[in-house]
Amino acid sequence: MTRTIAFRLLQSLAVLLVMSFVVYGLMGLMPGDPIDLMIAGDPHLSAADAVRLKALYGLDRPWTERWLRWLAQLLQGELGYSRLYARPVVEAMGPALLNTALLMAASLAVALVVALPLGIAASLRPGSLLDGAVNLIAFASVSLPVFWLGLMLIVVFAVELAWLPAGGMAEVTGDGGGTLAHLVLPVAALALAGIGQYARHMRAAMINEAGHDYIRTAKAKGCSPARVVLGHQLRNALIPVTTIVALEVGGLFSGALITETVFAWPGMGRLIYDSVMGNDFNLALSGLLLATAMTLVGSILADLAYWRLDPRVRRTP
Amino acid sequence: MRRLFAALLLTTLLAGQALAKDELVIGITQFPATFNPAIESMLAKTYVLAFAQRPITAYDASWQLICLECETLPTLENGGAKVEGKGIAVTYTLKAGAKWGDGQPVTSDDVVFSWSVGRHPQSGVASAELFRRITRIDVKDARTFTLHIDRLTFDYNAVNDLRLLPAHLERSRFEAAPAEYRNKTAYDQDTTNPGLYNGPYRVTAVVQGSHVVLEPNAYWPGPKPAFKRIVIKAIENTASLEANLLSGGVDMIAGELGLPLDQSLAFEKRHGDRFTVVTKPSLTYEHLDLNLGSPILADVQVRRALLLALDRDTMTRQLFDGRQPVAHSMVPPLDWVHADDIAQYPYDPVQAAALLDAAGWKTGAGGIRANAKGDKLALELVTTAGNRSRELVAQVLQAQWRKLGIDLRVKTEPPRVLFGETVTKRKFAHMTMFAWYSAPENVPHSTLHSDAIPSAANNWSGQNYTGYVNPAMDRLIGSIETELNRPKRKVLWRELQALYAADLPALPLYFKADAFILPKELKGLEPTGHQDPSPYWVESWRWE
Repeated sequence: MTRTIAFRLLQSLAVLLVMSFVVYGLMGLMPGDPIDLMIAGDPHLSAADAVRLKALYGLDRPWTERWLRWLAQLLQGELGYSRLYARPVVEAMGPALLNTALLMAASLAVALVVALPLGIAASLRPGSLLDGAVNLIAFASVSLPVFWLGLMLIVVFAVELAWLPAGGMAEVTGDGGGTLAHLVLPVAALALAGIGQYARHMRAAMINEAGHDYIRTAKAKGCSPARVVLGHQLRNALIPVTTIVALEVGGLFSGALITETVFAWPGMGRLIYDSVMGNDFNLALSGLLLATAMTLVGSILADLAYWRLDPRVRRTP
Repeated sequence: MRRLFAALLLTTLLAGQALAKDELVIGITQFPATFNPAIESMLAKTYVLAFAQRPITAYDASWQLICLECETLPTLENGGAKVEGKGIAVTYTLKAGAKWGDGQPVTSDDVVFSWSVGRHPQSGVASAELFRRITRIDVKDARTFTLHIDRLTFDYNAVNDLRLLPAHLERSRFEAAPAEYRNKTAYDQDTTNPGLYNGPYRVTAVVQGSHVVLEPNAYWPGPKPAFKRIVIKAIENTASLEANLLSGGVDMIAGELGLPLDQSLAFEKRHGDRFTVVTKPSLTYEHLDLNLGSPILADVQVRRALLLALDRDTMTRQLFDGRQPVAHSMVPPLDWVHADDIAQYPYDPVQAAALLDAAGWKTGAGGIRANAKGDKLALELVTTAGNRSRELVAQVLQAQWRKLGIDLRVKTEPPRVLFGETVTKRKFAHMTMFAWYSAPENVPHSTLHSDAIPSAANNWSGQNYTGYVNPAMDRLIGSIETELNRPKRKVLWRELQALYAADLPALPLYFKADAFILPKELKGLEPTGHQDPSPYWVESWRWE
């Protein structure tokens, strides 16, 4: 297993290297750079100003050269400065990363807490009224656009009922508290959007396991229905669901652009979007590579979970 | 009697509460990326800093140049300015008692330092034009200094772009490494340092991407502002911004960076009883830049026909409740140099058809006009994607021109592509719709002079995207820039607008209006309609 993990880590490094090249290249090939946009917006900007600013920001050099410089800097442990925020990338990214991790982890937790029992319950009696209801909820959850759902939640709970704040992540007046109250609506929007997917996966995995011989054997041995479901069927059904959840780890750090925009939540989604649109290479690359790295870590964690949950994997030489 | 007493008590308490409101939360749609007033220009930064930073001069709400941080506006007439050779020397005296938020006085040394940052090639200041034009600064005393400017232009005393930096805090950071200054400035590394601000407020907290908190500057020498705390909250999504206003998350929406006019008008219909929607036509000139290199549009008769075929009055009335006045040139009606007696092209489809017939475009099969060679009168309009107002206007143009036998294809592009490539590199086939944002009495050198046509040779600088060349226009622009006599300059401006209306290098549509959504209790806020935002006069804002 150690060799496998070491190999996967090396593989991940290679993926990150290729990703950095591709992302840098795509950003470099996007039409217009920040100075072109400045020229369009500032009637006083002269040709000499444009040349000076392009040289200052290194935009007069080919993107491949700039990528190599960035890579050399990274190898020395430097993420560089954010051009947009005029501060080190770590400082610009740090608060957004924490905000996103809080939002995404909370919504993932809520979605799993609701979805898994729903999926299990639906799988016990396929075709029943309960199964139909869970399917309806799941399809509604998958089909509803998050921005619409977010706006509806704001209209109902913030504007009409005035129970919860409409946006932001803390009170801007007084002592600046109230993060929990500010978290409710964006978490609800994201969790509602995720519940359908997880419930469907859980239901399908449970139904798939129900047909296996070991379940029949467990029943024949006189195991209680609860033990059959929770001790045998669920343990195996969790394997594919674990993979899906592990792959969501990347999302915990890359944010949810639309939800963050609707709820004015200052997270990574907006930061990455703004940095890509503003050609802030250092910040965009760091944000995107962090998300990629976390997805790869999630994939390794999924492998480890497989290894832990499935004895057949452990026996594989 | 008891009931009356209780009602009176309640009224008094409520009134007391209303008067006692000392926090104002303002919603805007963008968060400032940096706080250094000299580096990069960004509307959100200009807006936030307007509460905390005072430039030496600015344009007021009636579009007149005034002193904000100086005692008297220097002019040739009052002896504050003196012609010297081809240039001019302008002497300013900083306002008595002007101080930074840490109690240090604002001095001539700050002016000299700010100028030296602006003209340094590696400081990161975007537009260095003003700093280059100032060749020398003579300091007379701590408050008085003379700028020596290399050219004599009518706007010699407007130094709005000379943003003051506190030398006592920024000089060491700048001199240590000028090329690193944009990353090491205290405005971004120590944003809440009171010494960085010379306005009525100072920044006391910044939550990146979320909000900025401002509190009164204890050393502000002017009238004390009414609010003990102002919070500027960034909410990018306009539907969420509106919901925040309705739920009390924000008290008002700034017009400078707020809801689009159509959304504001819809809001006014639904919630006009709770909020006041104030609109003011601005300098923002919405128009169609034409590619004069196109064989179809090279003919001025076709350009005139296109404008005559548009019912712009009905369009602005129907789409914008008539609050965005129809434009007849690039000069807005509120500008003192605006001329009314120029060609105005009111809606006249008959004359438009006659002009197209005369230009050789006859109605052909399918109702689309074609020339003798059989080429159809088909045009392409490219504009910004995601801008609802522009998309609506494009549909109106398409429908109105279709009636005249002109086939218009509308194409939308993300702003980054449109302004980063298509417009700046003159890649649009026929026409492009966007807006110009300028200053009062802004000479259109960069948009109409023949030396401002972007090309690879000049590194795509200049904004004469239409490729318009007219020696008479070049001469007029040069004359206006150097004419100091106001009545004579007004005559020249009239000629310029008349020539513009005759040649039509661009088709004028309308002047955009900023919509401020304000609580009924907020008084004293006056929209300016130009690049100097309303918070420059925040001392006049009050809650009644």
